[in-house]
Amino acid sequence: MTDVALVEETVKRLASHKGVVGIAIVNGDGVPIRTTLDPELAVTYAALVSQLALKARHMVRELAEDGSDDLQFLRVRSKKHEIMIAPAFDRDHNYTLLVVQQPDAE
Amino acid sequence: MEVAYRYVKQRRQFGRQPHFTDQGAELLLDLRPNEEHAKAWIVKQQATAAVQAAPDMSEHEVNTVAVVSVPKGMAHVEGGWAKDDVEGLLRFRKKVEKDEDYIRTVVRLGTMVEDLVKQNNAIDIYEEYFADVPAQHLSQAPSTSTLTILRDPSGVRRGAQAISWQPDGSGRLAVAYSVLEFQRQPAGMPSTSHVWDVANPGAPEAALAAPSPLVTLGFNLKDQNLVGGGQYNGQFTFFDLRKGPSPVEATPVEHSHRDAVRSFAWTQSKTGSELMSASTDGSVLWWDLRRLGGEPLESLTLRERGAGEAGAVLGGTVVEYSPQAGPTKFMVGTEQGAVLAGNRKAKNPADRITAAYAGHHSAIYALSRSPFFPKFFLSVGDWTTRVWNEDLRTPIITSPYNAAHLTGGTWSPSRPGVCYTIGHSGALEVWDYYLKQRQASLTGGRADVALVHRPLASLALAPGAAPRLAGIGCTGGTVTVLQLSEGLVEQQDNEKAVISAMLERESSREKNLEKSAKEAKAKARKEAARTAEPLDGATDEELAQLEREFMEMIKQ
Repeated sequence: MTDVALVEETVKRLASHKGVVGIAIVNGDGVPIRTTLDPELAVTYAALVSQLALKARHMVRELAEDGSDDLQFLRVRSKKHEIMIAPAFDRDHNYTLLVVQQPDAE
Repeated sequence: MEVAYRYVKQRRQFGRQPHFTDQGAELLLDLRPNEEHAKAWIVKQQATAAVQAAPDMSEHEVNTVAVVSVPKGMAHVEGGWAKDDVEGLLRFRKKVEKDEDYIRTVVRLGTMVEDLVKQNNAIDIYEEYFADVPAQHLSQAPSTSTLTILRDPSGVRRGAQAISWQPDGSGRLAVAYSVLEFQRQPAGMPSTSHVWDVANPGAPEAALAAPSPLVTLGFNLKDQNLVGGGQYNGQFTFFDLRKGPSPVEATPVEHSHRDAVRSFAWTQSKTGSELMSASTDGSVLWWDLRRLGGEPLESLTLRERGAGEAGAVLGGTVVEYSPQAGPTKFMVGTEQGAVLAGNRKAKNPADRITAAYAGHHSAIYALSRSPFFPKFFLSVGDWTTRVWNEDLRTPIITSPYNAAHLTGGTWSPSRPGVCYTIGHSGALEVWDYYLKQRQASLTGGRADVALVHRPLASLALAPGAAPRLAGIGCTGGTVTVLQLSEGLVEQQDNEKAVISAMLERESSREKNLEKSAKEAKAKARKEAARTAEPLDGATDEELAQLEREFMEMIKQ
């Protein structure tokens, strides 16, 4: 079952967790495809996070001697939020799922 | 076999002794003077040449060219779509969402992230376990580090005479640039002062275009967009940062000071618009920003208490006002070295100066009431820093004489026992009375990047309960923003009680000394009175007796 409904289900499930502020799925060009955040904010997140993910990936690949290593996950902890960045780098497709969570939410 | 060679020489082979005898003179050569050569002879001109044994030395100063940094930002605009092309964007999204790869990826990533979200909710992995334990900073040596350097953009050498931080803690500071030396202002010197943002040291954030250079300035405490400034020509003026660089209003020349406004302070009032200013012309004026164009609210001429109209006028250099000590009380430091304390609302205008504290040898440059013990205040002048008790006429603590003149100082707002001083040595000195009294606990924070020590002119600590930033301005025009180490900012165990006890102890010592000095004086006076009395203690009766005896003797 490869359907848009699956994406919707995933997003809904994530959003139902405690403290989750928003979710955004971003393509390789930094364009938010599906988001629960405010559109303006989503664009900002998408642009900044995709750049950061790219930089981090370069670093990981540079460090790996044979180039076989790749970035799996990036967690950015700030005073207010935790941004979880899950990038997926395929041959031609490149998506990033980012979840903004407020960890100390009651 | 022994290797040996014997050399034998007989006596006669050494030769004979010389034998000297007299002999007649014998002409060997006769050189006659040559007349032709004598004609060619001329006197050579004298030339003086100096030779020095010490090595030659020369002094060079090199500084790298200042890097001017300009911060630039970039706004991200989504994708390549036109702003109103919502349809194109929607179509693209639809297309991507249909992509199987996309769905697979999102589902895979979703499960991964979900684990972490749950983890975050289950346990705080960044939890601080020992947050309650009080910090022990004393083990760490106090230090300062230079955060940034703000250079006067005018290009002319003007001193940074005063610094004021915006009270809301936004990291903005206003700096007054002027030259205080009489007739030493370079021709064409710009009179503009500037407001800086610490985060952007490359260029000033705003300009304060005063018609005459500012000598002192300060942010208003109530309306933080207002900056008051005292000008070199004696006028007081104020600026509104929202309205641009030109001054909003200035005091009229005929009612202003007749010399540079050296210091001013915002006084406590409902509107927060009242202030008092002091000048070296010897007057203190009270103003209201709303009626700046008229006459001052009140004025006072600085004279010693009880000196009357004929007394010498003292030039005011610094004003101290703090509401904790009393809303009507104020203090003025004078050029002559005395600190005058006053009460604005005294019944009799002549009694407005309530006390004078003498001791400094030259002008007072800074006065600061302790924020924890308002009865005690600090004065900085000549080469010393002195701590006074309001009730005593002599300082309770006098620092040892510094090698260089001191030009400013203040108490730390967060630590009762710490004060900062600056001077011509070009360094910020930190005195920690909690540790030691006789020596500065830290000398650091050179004001200039060059190795030349420029005299410092101004000092201001960032606002807030525990400021970590201090701005020091030097006469070369640069302002250095220093970051103070935690140990200098955070109160130590029991510090307030210890410092309080120390100040009380020093006060009582000074009190006892005063008392004993008074007693000694009284005793000396008594002694003097007694010795002045006539030495022969003959009474009238004795005199009468003597007279009678004398008369009898004559009769006989």
